[in-house]
Amino acid sequence: MSQNVELDKVVMRFGEFTAVKGISLEIKGGEFFSFLGPSGCGKTTILKLISGFLDPTEGEVRIGGTSMRGIGANKRPTAMIFQNLALFPLMSVADNIAFGLEVRGVGKAERRKRADELLDLIALPGQGDKMPTELSGGQRQRVAIARALAVEPQVLLLDEPLSALDLKLRQHMRAELRDIQKRTGVTFIYITHDQGEALTMSDRVAVMSQGTLQQVATPQELYDEPATAFAAGFVGENNRFAGTISAIDGGFAVVDTPAGALKARNHLGLAAGASAIVCVRPERLRLSGTGSENGFIARLKSRSFEGSFLNLMAEGPSGELMVQVTNDGALPAFDPAGALPLGFHATDAVIVPAEAGHA
Amino acid sequence: MRDLYRRFGGGLTTLMVALVVFWIIMLVVLPQLLMIDFSFRPNLPPSKIGGPDDVHSWANYATLFRNQVHLTIFFKTIWASSLVTFITLIVCYPMAYYLAQVAKPQRTAQMLLLLVIPFWINEILRTFAWWIIFAYAGPLNGLLTALGILDQPFRWMSGNGVVIVGMVYAYILFMVFPIYNALESLDRNQIDAARDLGSGWLRVHRRIAIPHAKPGIATGCIMTFMLAAGSYAVPALLGSPGSRWFTEIIYNWFFEGGNWNQGAAYAMILLLLCLFFILLMMKLFRVGLADIAK
Repeated sequence: MSQNVELDKVVMRFGEFTAVKGISLEIKGGEFFSFLGPSGCGKTTILKLISGFLDPTEGEVRIGGTSMRGIGANKRPTAMIFQNLALFPLMSVADNIAFGLEVRGVGKAERRKRADELLDLIALPGQGDKMPTELSGGQRQRVAIARALAVEPQVLLLDEPLSALDLKLRQHMRAELRDIQKRTGVTFIYITHDQGEALTMSDRVAVMSQGTLQQVATPQELYDEPATAFAAGFVGENNRFAGTISAIDGGFAVVDTPAGALKARNHLGLAAGASAIVCVRPERLRLSGTGSENGFIARLKSRSFEGSFLNLMAEGPSGELMVQVTNDGALPAFDPAGALPLGFHATDAVIVPAEAGHA
Repeated sequence: MRDLYRRFGGGLTTLMVALVVFWIIMLVVLPQLLMIDFSFRPNLPPSKIGGPDDVHSWANYATLFRNQVHLTIFFKTIWASSLVTFITLIVCYPMAYYLAQVAKPQRTAQMLLLLVIPFWINEILRTFAWWIIFAYAGPLNGLLTALGILDQPFRWMSGNGVVIVGMVYAYILFMVFPIYNALESLDRNQIDAARDLGSGWLRVHRRIAIPHAKPGIATGCIMTFMLAAGSYAVPALLGSPGSRWFTEIIYNWFFEGGNWNQGAAYAMILLLLCLFFILLMMKLFRVGLADIAK
């Protein structure tokens, strides 16, 4: 099993600007772990702190229990896949892959043998003598992975490596990355602003915003039980109803909102009187008349038919709403400018604090 | 061509083309052809020019190989110019790397300005500045004797050393800028990737930065070598009779010996040497003309 990575109260300041504001977490050995957040949230800084291109202003990064303070990028058991891959354009594919071995003083024949093995692993056998420019985008991607794996790193760091690829290739590479991670057992730390990538590939995801951790959870927890308003809004679509908690009812709570008193799961155990937001996923909002407890009237604004489902945009009592209706073969006819009665089950909605300060 | 006519109209295009043709033929090709013709003719009094003695021969070229002093100076010029080129490269590569990859953009702009400012001053004046520095009673000797490093002033300008220093200084820009331009286009991530894979700084330069900068290095070396080999002011001012440059001999043939034909032959030999050096550099660095023209 590969080594774990621990961040211990890590703070990174650039002059006046604090990019990372005291983050502690442990990434387990052999885990596929993603940092998810919008650009400027500090996720790339975290990657540089782990890879050794930066040393934290405060706190400590440990890999396999060893403090990495003062240890340069060339001495750490990590390897990085750069956003633009950064393959060496003047070296052949095999020389690229074997560069890390060349550094370690491995002989020429042995290097070539290892490069060929890795080319087999990434399904590019016999392509070692080509130059990187002769390969397609997806192939270059795989060469970058092989180059990083050649040094047998404990931790592989990936900085949005799929963002330059087209959609189809990106989806294919997601599965491939996941597969390579499973086969090699190396700890993967993946940086992305694309929630789809984070959710489909990761064992766990850390959601970041403005240098703080919002939530660290499995993809499913993240989607079903967001811990903050930011996480609820950033991961997937959510309809939000802001208000004040008026009553607690076991694992549920009632929030007074412009759409009425709405009951939802109080998975964070918020207290009565707190400002809160009720979050309901578009696919969990139901067209009313099905006897759901949280009912209100919205006005239909537009609709778009996607085949397997139908998206409705509506104006609700507290802003715009999005409803996703599954095409079960019995879609009702909608009055284009009429009233749209909506509702949801209390178990299908969650309550998060209104302020983003739950980290 | 048709494109130019469409864009600028008949009159203007014809004028532009005519000027370019005039420039190339009258100012570049003809004078060179004239010099080549000169170099193959004997040096005759005006009355005999065009007469039976005025025939083409290799005699002027052969002179160099029969004159031991001139030949020595010729080879000295080759190795000294090579040395100047090499030292300039050693001085300029770290500077160019710092400017292109390490310094922040604002600092780069400041440093480039500082590098350029001295070159607003005439080359002769700049060379004189070095003459003053190295003078027998100059500040360098003053400093070294005051510090007790030298017992008595040293006669710096008695050999090739000071000539080489002066040339390195004079041609720094011609080396820095091509290398800087080349290194500026090097993706920082490639350096980081090499570091990340465990590479030390020496290897980063040897395997990543220098190969990337090769066209710039070749251009810088070619320019520096040609300027050094063809320099007149620096060796004339900072040199001594014992450190004469080949250009000084050419000058002597033209203006003191009054033998233009002999001078033209020597100048052609220098030109051939420089052409040979360019081809050698292109071969050595495996770059094409197109890379250098960038």
